[in-house]
Amino acid sequence: MREGRTKGGTWRRGCVSCPSIRAPKVPLAFSGGAMGSWQARPEQQHYYHQLAQKTGFSAEQIKNLHHRFRELSANGETISRAHLESIPTLAKNPIKKQIIDAFFDKRNQQEGESGRLEELDLGHFLMVMSHFRPPRHKSGEDERCAVRRQKLRFLFNMHDTDNDGTITLVEYRKVVEELLSKSGAIGHEAAKAIADAAMLEVASTNVPHMAPDEFYEGITFEHFEQILNGLEMESRMHIRFLDVDTSTVRCGKAGSTSTP
Amino acid sequence: MARHHHHHAVLGPRRAGLTCLIPPLFLALLVCTAVFSANVPNNQSGGGWREDEKDDNDDVDNDEQHRRRGNATKTFPVLSFNYEHIRIPFEVSLWILLALLMKLGFHVIPRVSRVVPESCLLILVGLLVGGAIKAVRQTAPVLDSRLFFLYLLPPIILDAGYFLPVRPFAENLGTILLLAVAGTLWNAFFVGGATYAVCLLAGGRLAGADLLSCLLFGSIVSAVDPVAVLAVFEEIHINELLYILVFGESLLNDAVTVVLYHLFEEFSHAGTVTIADALLGVLSFFAVSCGGILIGVVYGLLGAFTSRFTSRTRVIEPLFVFLYSYMAYLSAEVFHLSGIMSLIACGVITRPYVEANISHKSYTTVKYFLKMWSSVSETLIFIFLGVSTVAGPHEWNWTFVTVTVVLCLVSRVLGVVGLAYVVNKFRIIKLTKKDQFIVAYGGLRGAIAFSLGFLLTQHQMKHLFLTAIITVIFFTVFVQGITIRPLVELLEVKKKRECDDSINEEIHTQFLDHLLVGIEDVCGHYGHHHWKDKLSRFNKTYVKKWLISGERSTQPQLLSFYNKMEMKQALMLVESGGGGNIFKPTAPHTDPRFPSRRRADVLEARQKEIRKMLHSNMQKDRQRLRSYSRHDLMEDPFEDDVSEARFRKRAEMGRRMSHYLTVPAKRPEAPPSVRRVAFQPEHRVYTYDDDESAREPTEARTDPGLPDAVRPQNQEEDDQQRLAALRRLSDPGPV
Repeated sequence: MREGRTKGGTWRRGCVSCPSIRAPKVPLAFSGGAMGSWQARPEQQHYYHQLAQKTGFSAEQIKNLHHRFRELSANGETISRAHLESIPTLAKNPIKKQIIDAFFDKRNQQEGESGRLEELDLGHFLMVMSHFRPPRHKSGEDERCAVRRQKLRFLFNMHDTDNDGTITLVEYRKVVEELLSKSGAIGHEAAKAIADAAMLEVASTNVPHMAPDEFYEGITFEHFEQILNGLEMESRMHIRFLDVDTSTVRCGKAGSTSTP
Repeated sequence: MARHHHHHAVLGPRRAGLTCLIPPLFLALLVCTAVFSANVPNNQSGGGWREDEKDDNDDVDNDEQHRRRGNATKTFPVLSFNYEHIRIPFEVSLWILLALLMKLGFHVIPRVSRVVPESCLLILVGLLVGGAIKAVRQTAPVLDSRLFFLYLLPPIILDAGYFLPVRPFAENLGTILLLAVAGTLWNAFFVGGATYAVCLLAGGRLAGADLLSCLLFGSIVSAVDPVAVLAVFEEIHINELLYILVFGESLLNDAVTVVLYHLFEEFSHAGTVTIADALLGVLSFFAVSCGGILIGVVYGLLGAFTSRFTSRTRVIEPLFVFLYSYMAYLSAEVFHLSGIMSLIACGVITRPYVEANISHKSYTTVKYFLKMWSSVSETLIFIFLGVSTVAGPHEWNWTFVTVTVVLCLVSRVLGVVGLAYVVNKFRIIKLTKKDQFIVAYGGLRGAIAFSLGFLLTQHQMKHLFLTAIITVIFFTVFVQGITIRPLVELLEVKKKRECDDSINEEIHTQFLDHLLVGIEDVCGHYGHHHWKDKLSRFNKTYVKKWLISGERSTQPQLLSFYNKMEMKQALMLVESGGGGNIFKPTAPHTDPRFPSRRRADVLEARQKEIRKMLHSNMQKDRQRLRSYSRHDLMEDPFEDDVSEARFRKRAEMGRRMSHYLTVPAKRPEAPPSVRRVAFQPEHRVYTYDDDESAREPTEARTDPGLPDAVRPQNQEEDDQQRLAALRRLSDPGPV
């Protein structure tokens, strides 16, 4: 990492490939922790640009998310599980564990690998977040299909915890149990019944003519897509990234502010 | 009339032709009744008792002699004819019957009903009836505004509000509000102002119109009408977004219409409007809409609270729903607040809590009565519209009428396009050009505009306005109503997707909600999902405890959904099956005899009923079940009854159920050896043990907790125990 500590508008000249990124209002020389390594501005912008291309976010959005990243990671370089688990509002979520696992799941990084990450850096964080981008207005049919598939894949990975390509009955039961977990002592049986009925429905829609000796192994990704076709994931599974105003949100870590 | 006959007989098959003879007969009967009832007062010589026309025995002679003799003693009339006594109920019933027979007639002729929406046909019928009545030189009944607003409109709005799809409504609330408020205001002022300009230019008869009158006219004619929209949109099955946009707009613009109408009506008599008045108008708008909603919410909560205690008197439960909603409407109307908004709010608030409390039969009753009343109301409204058109005094002015129609169209299109442009900056799912076109084209005017016009008092331009309003209504309902269906096909607008309750979709909808809330938390911003989550949590912790009785107050939504769905499926199967051994379920909600039952029991008992029904017709000839058997084993008792296809289908379903309720394939042991269950040769209906506790020894319980309602008729203890033992043997253990 090159050292270069300067301020002001001289940075812009160095970066030819990213014309869309505005000059920062705050002299943005940020620390990378105790080591005091400074990142030079053009490299940071180049990094942003790479990320923008990879994840599809705009530069403004990346900057906001980076801000949030720094808050979560207490100004460190990476986010660990403990950081995510200490978000107070997340505690009441019944599927908290699954959400956190999804962040650390290598399958969601679109690099064809599987397994678990130990820590997240900005790129990984943004990659996971990119699954929740809203659809573009003028996207064609293929693009919408691709976006929908990507989002459904994310959901599928959340359910398919052992990475065998199918959601088995046990895994599905776990999903339903987690969903019902915060709703009172509903009991094992109810979750089982619901999960069973759901599996039955998937099978009867996708494989209508099963011979008596056949056995439905589990929900494959195609069946999953088929059964959730009506939900139109590309329009439902998104959050607004435009007005992420993280400066007003306390993330629960007392006294942590990003040092300018 | 003969033309009518001939037309019908030619179109349909012979049977249809015969059926269609009935409505004209009733038409004739109605006309005769109207004539007769008008004539009766003329013939009566005081009191109905003396009308003896049907007597054909001595008493007649005696009586006539008596009458001739003057005030002698009267003999007892064996048969008498007293029409005045029952006149009003009779005529009302006759009208309703006529309306329903018309509706019946339309559906018998499929070709016509596919092209022309029902509302158009009904208006035509109304025109015919009105024409017939007028031809007999009687005064035809006009759509009385009081009748319309107090009796005909509320059922339709309640039906719409009760079954309003809340999720898309809430998601698009911003757009809907913008269209309703800003769109209606724009329409009213544009049409009013432009009409005034045209009147000034045209002169002549039209010169008498001042600005306020024209604005009043504009405000009446600019409101999109929910009745007409419902009537047309329901037949074209358009996708949910567009439906909710147009329909939501038609509901919410009531507040704007009420305020504008009263404002201009007041001031058109006074003469001028000042800025202070305009400000008061704005204030009044907020009061009208928020007040209406508040009243609706209060009554809705009251209704929900009342339904908590109705477990012992299930029969009157539906009445509470109807009466509280109607009271909400009337209370809002007392204060000149928006009755429609109050009714919608009441329906929306009442529904989730009431449905959790009332029995299944009451729920079905509520649903069917609402649909029935709204259907009748709608039919009557359109017929009366037709009749009133013929009856009312008209003043036709070519310029005025054409200008009005054109202006309405233009202002609607401009309004929608402009507002869509604004709203697209804030929406994630933007409105495409096609969407905008359908929203603009679906802005139909209807009976509300007519009634409001009719209510105009002492206005010199009243007849002119009424004629123009009727023309606009006819134009929108006929032209736009008929052409919207082919246009939708042509433009390939997305249709409503087949809404089957899917437990998977429900699971994933909830999962997605939680996921999005979680992601928003990670992102650190309080977005729309966050607030929705907060609201639902508030609802769960506080509101539900008060409004839902018993254990169902803590039942999670997924579970309620699942139960409802299973019950529906089971009932469907029972209905399609028929036959002796099918066990009909009782009302699924908390059985009052067993208030302390655990939630799991309720679920289990219901599931057992359902599975029993599903399997009661299945052939089980040495069927190998790879299941931890929650199923009954029974022989199919009625190969003779059940048709081959149904039989196969049920068998398949049973097999599939047994497949999926298995331990997954990964388990190393081979299923069959462990799980083969013996085949019971007798025709018996078995029940299970109470729940799967047979598998989980920690919770092992025996059966006695089941209420009699679930237990079938012929059951024996030893069989049950044998079955239980077999199951324990066959069960591979908890996963």
